[in-house]
Amino acid sequence: MNIALRDAQPAFSPQVRFEGAPFLAAPKVQAPAPDAGAAFAFQGVRKAFGPKAVLHGLDLTVPAGAFVAVIGKSGCGKSTLLRLLTGLDAPTSGAIAFEASGAKDPARLTRVMFQEPRLLPWARVVANVEVGLSHLRSKAERRRTALSLLADVGLADRADEWPSVLSGGQRQRVALARALASRPRILALDEPLGALDALTRIEMQQLLERIWLQQGFTAVLVTHDVAEAVALADRVVLVEEGRIALDLEIPLPRPRRRGSPELARLEGVILEKLLGSAA
Amino acid sequence: MTALARFVRQGVGWILPLLLLVVWEVAARLGEIPKNILPAPSDVGAALWKLSVSGEIFRHIYVSSWRALTGFAIGGSIGFALGLANGLSDASRAVSDTTLQMVRNIPHLALIPLVILWFGIDEEAKLFLVALGVFFPIYINTLHGIRTVDPQLIEMGRIYGMSRIALFVKVILPGALPSIFVGLRYALGIMWLTLIVAETISASSGLGYMAMQAREFLLIEVVVLSILIYALLGKLADSAARLLERVFLKWHPAFQLQ
Ligand SMILES: Nc1ncnc2c1ncn2[C@@H]1O[C@H](COP(=O)(O)OP(=O)(O)O)[C@@H](O)[C@H]1O
Ligand SMILES: [Mg+2]
Repeated sequence: MNIALRDAQPAFSPQVRFEGAPFLAAPKVQAPAPDAGAAFAFQGVRKAFGPKAVLHGLDLTVPAGAFVAVIGKSGCGKSTLLRLLTGLDAPTSGAIAFEASGAKDPARLTRVMFQEPRLLPWARVVANVEVGLSHLRSKAERRRTALSLLADVGLADRADEWPSVLSGGQRQRVALARALASRPRILALDEPLGALDALTRIEMQQLLERIWLQQGFTAVLVTHDVAEAVALADRVVLVEEGRIALDLEIPLPRPRRRGSPELARLEGVILEKLLGSAA
Repeated sequence: MTALARFVRQGVGWILPLLLLVVWEVAARLGEIPKNILPAPSDVGAALWKLSVSGEIFRHIYVSSWRALTGFAIGGSIGFALGLANGLSDASRAVSDTTLQMVRNIPHLALIPLVILWFGIDEEAKLFLVALGVFFPIYINTLHGIRTVDPQLIEMGRIYGMSRIALFVKVILPGALPSIFVGLRYALGIMWLTLIVAETISASSGLGYMAMQAREFLLIEVVVLSILIYALLGKLADSAARLLERVFLKWHPAFQLQ
């Protein structure tokens, strides 16, 4: 067992109270590699920018391989939560613990995908994917791996094009291939489909679900689309006033049918909570 | 008539300049344009032939080009290096940028009297002026290019664990390149302009010197010839820069319309 700890205090603070943490294994449709995902836990995480606190002691425990959707109003701290999870920012207080058996490189534990694809315009599509493969020594191996990742997202034939000639959805798929390149245990997604049109969105959701089922990483998807959240996630958490205001299991089998009454009911529950608190 | 038809087919754009040339030649021959105002094109051609046979013109072109390129290399590399340093390091920018921005407000050609006092009319004077003139466009545009690289791409590079060197080579420099090329092309224009002025005022060789000598002996066709050669060299430099742009910015949507 391998415990990584990211927190606000010095590394040897007495906060390491995590041996034998009671992480549950997430139920899964197929079984990819058993250690493909990592579990993590936010423990009383507070994050403030100057005097303004964004997260007030947030607790969230996510088992390995789960698919969690995070929703909440604009500015409630969803992106902040992901930046803390991926180590782009440090919590003001509290700790974030990871449990990833057999993980070697903590820098490759998590990867993040943003609303913008953030591709290098001056690098060919395949070279953009290779950005995620810097851990591979051999150039030939990097290219081979990048090409197979592109095939996974259905873009094998676009490998030698410039990103500027791709459509928005295709660029996001390249970004997904790049994020998955180093086989992260946790994939954080910050409204990655927010800028896409409705049809492309649904295609991308299906692609995301398929790849998640194949690879078994832990997925944390921030979205403002409640329908998207219930269609994809095992669990939807609602962030409000810096805390988790709602934590809802979505115990529906996959593949899920969009527009089914069950999904609509759960969507209604969440929307009611979202809007109810606004009134 | 058939020759004219062929020209029409090859490019309508050539008709007007050609027509002008013909009108100019005819008008000069008929004495409509006085010889001491503008020589006939054929006279300019004859001057070119004479100076080519004697080899004199090649010597002047060589000297002028050497001055232009050497001055460009000196001023351009200092400007590029300082632009990089100030773009990448806040400390470096804090120390030197204000000073440089102040110096920039002095038109470099206004320094000519001072430069002649310092260096006489030797090569150093001309190299100094060209280098100074070229320095600022390269410096400003390199600095601007680096400061405006998309911060989201830089964050992406960091997330993917790029070292500082990799980040510079793969993200920052390519991102700054379009702006650096703007500076390069602008600097090439300044380079020839500065050299023309400097050579006209003080030189004992070069195209500007050739023109001034010719003026003294009223060889107006040689004056016109040197102006045309300056224009040609300027065009050549600009085409070279465009070619480099095509090679290095071929990813840019502006260069993908084949
Ligand atoms: N680097 C920062 N400095 C100051 N304030 C910030 C910073 N990042 C986020 N915030 C503030 O924190 C709040 C939450 O932001 P964010 O996590 O981006 O919200 P969202 O849920 O829309 O993703 C916002 O009010 C935002 O202004
Ligand atoms: Mg956000």
